[in-house]
Amino acid sequence: MTQSTVIRKDTGSRAAVPAPRGRAAARRRGRPRQLGAIVLFLLPALVLFLLLVIAPILLAGYASAFKWNGFGLPENYVGLDNFTRAFQDPTFLGDLSRTGILIGLSLVVQLPVSLGLAMLLNQPLKGRSGYRLIFFAPYVLSEVTTAVLFTLVLSPNRGLGQQISEWLGIDALNGAVFADPSTVLYALFLVISWKYFGFHMILYLAGRQGIPRELTEAATTDGASAWQVFRHVTLPLLGPTIRISVFLSVIGSIQLFDMVWVLTGGGPIHASETMAVTMYQFGFRRFEVGYASAISIIMFLLSLIFALFYQRYVLRRDTEGALTTMGDQR
Amino acid sequence: MTAHLSRRTLLGLAGAGAGAYLLSACGSDESADPNAPQTINWWHIQNTEPMLPVWAAIAKEYESAHTNVKVVIQPLENEAFKAKLTTATQAGSPPDLFQSWGGGVLKQQVDAGLVKDITADVQPWIGSLLPASVQPFTIDGKIYGVPFDVGMVGFWYNKDLFAKAGITAPPTTWAELLTTVSKIKAAGIVPIALAGKDKWPGHFYWAYLAMRIGGLGALQQAAVDGNFDTPDFIAAGQRLKELVDLQPFQKGFLGAEYGSPDGQAATMGNGGAAMELMGQWAPSVQASASTSKKGLGDKLGYFAFPAVDGGKGSVAEAFGGGNGFAVGKNAPAATTDFLKTLLDVANQRKSAATGAVLPTVKDAADAIKDPNSKTVASSLAAATGFQLYLDQAYPPAVGQQVNDSVAELIAGTKKAEDIVKDITTVAKSQ
Repeated sequence: MTQSTVIRKDTGSRAAVPAPRGRAAARRRGRPRQLGAIVLFLLPALVLFLLLVIAPILLAGYASAFKWNGFGLPENYVGLDNFTRAFQDPTFLGDLSRTGILIGLSLVVQLPVSLGLAMLLNQPLKGRSGYRLIFFAPYVLSEVTTAVLFTLVLSPNRGLGQQISEWLGIDALNGAVFADPSTVLYALFLVISWKYFGFHMILYLAGRQGIPRELTEAATTDGASAWQVFRHVTLPLLGPTIRISVFLSVIGSIQLFDMVWVLTGGGPIHASETMAVTMYQFGFRRFEVGYASAISIIMFLLSLIFALFYQRYVLRRDTEGALTTMGDQR
Repeated sequence: MTAHLSRRTLLGLAGAGAGAYLLSACGSDESADPNAPQTINWWHIQNTEPMLPVWAAIAKEYESAHTNVKVVIQPLENEAFKAKLTTATQAGSPPDLFQSWGGGVLKQQVDAGLVKDITADVQPWIGSLLPASVQPFTIDGKIYGVPFDVGMVGFWYNKDLFAKAGITAPPTTWAELLTTVSKIKAAGIVPIALAGKDKWPGHFYWAYLAMRIGGLGALQQAAVDGNFDTPDFIAAGQRLKELVDLQPFQKGFLGAEYGSPDGQAATMGNGGAAMELMGQWAPSVQASASTSKKGLGDKLGYFAFPAVDGGKGSVAEAFGGGNGFAVGKNAPAATTDFLKTLLDVANQRKSAATGAVLPTVKDAADAIKDPNSKTVASSLAAATGFQLYLDQAYPPAVGQQVNDSVAELIAGTKKAEDIVKDITTVAKSQ
């Protein structure tokens, strides 16, 4: 709603009906003077946001239309060539499928495990908060720290993992999970899960604690088994939390960089490369900044489109304030 | 300073952030008079001991001798330096003096008009440097940078493990090298340490083989016409495949880094492999990455990359590179004089004495202490030809493709005939 319509409606309403008085009315109509104050207080944040978020996005978009090595100014205009190149580049197409695999694994393995643990830790058991702390601890470590840690643990020659498997008399690891193109992506997924499952677990725990005890008690009184209570009461009521957790997980997978960069550098032979790694390789290794910008724009659009659709179709019920829906009935 | 909003300004704002842009735009005052007050912005990547304090001391000394000059030093980590430099150049204001490896990236910077032609300024004293070391910084006959460090790649081997495998003399031909590898492997020792994750150590093999098979001319010609799909380059890949088929590398080499606690240098330094193909810095990195922190000491030997039977290249031709400094286009007049001071014999001796630098000034060679480094320095001084690392000599996109492609060859996913086509495709697109 623009300012002019506010004013017009304002005068219109004054002519037709007696103007409502008091704070409520002011809030409903937003006086121009108040609007000025709002703009004034928004300005610093807005300027920063424009300069540090919006401007770089626009500039990346601009650079993506050039064949440019990053030195001096972009002059060689190529239109959408960088984008067509990306969708013909086997490495980039591989990135897309690898990102898909990681998203799939996260949704099918990581989140259910986190949910199960959250349910477990919701039971009254001894040392519950201790467990919660331990499971949450990995999330506190930075991505780089985690990556370096697992490089050492899973190192093929003197790593802890190798020593343990030798001690157990199995050579399951074969010492080189990160060196084998067929296992590297799954090894990477395990490390990512190790870091993030605690975060999702805490989300679910918080969500679980928001469910009124009367509901589960009522279900139990009506003779529902523990599984039925979980399936028909807890799980639906955890809906909003699960939907947010899925959202964060997907966006995180699309933008995955630090962990991969430190653990594998995207190798061996691109077997664990992600879009962000490819972007970095082309930007700062090959100095093909135009092409790297195009990849960054594709990543941005993927995240944006996913976020918009997800909010529109999946999160809508949550943002409308309904706890859950059963068919058409609220 | 008047700011009119141009594309350059916009890019500068975005790239370097508003504050940095304003500072850099107002900070470099161009002056042709070497006696006017001026500031030299110097970015280097020797951001750790032992070279960090050496550079700082030289700058301090220079400031006290030239009271009108201030040297502002920005020590940066290698990756951070690359990122920061691109953003600074987009703002049209490169630093006055900055790290350069010469070759392809320097050429791109020259083409973008960011680097000063210093041929006339350095002419009086450039003769004191090893000619091979200046080559990567010479583009179209003009000098755009000066190296302070130069080295070459060769085989570093563990004398004890060689003796254990019953090998009396280092191999001098590729065929002998293959037999040596087989013998070492038969003795239950890992023949070669390799960092597959880092890719660049692998490209040394392919590049050296191409040099020995096709000669220096073949590599230079490929750079000119962007064609690597020639019998010589294919043969280089096939020879390398012969080595790879012997499975000479340590376990998990495809995931190994060069300098990490379990990487290529550590494997060598801990006596876990018999040899590695690496530059002049190998002994010091082996020592620092090893568990004992001492490396192999006098058990470490060096031999030149062997000849290939029927090849056009000579064993006396060196493959390597070095570190140097290029001068930004807006640099104040005193910059080249400061560069001259950095490279005088006394300062080169100081640098060489740290063990981290192989000096480019011929008369400073006597300051090299380590016997292995002396070997490298004398081979380099006697070299009949010099080729810069391919991932630095060629445009960066081509160089990285060489690294990627050789990694694919070593991993066994691509053939020698395929990789030359891939590299050619990238070279033609530049």
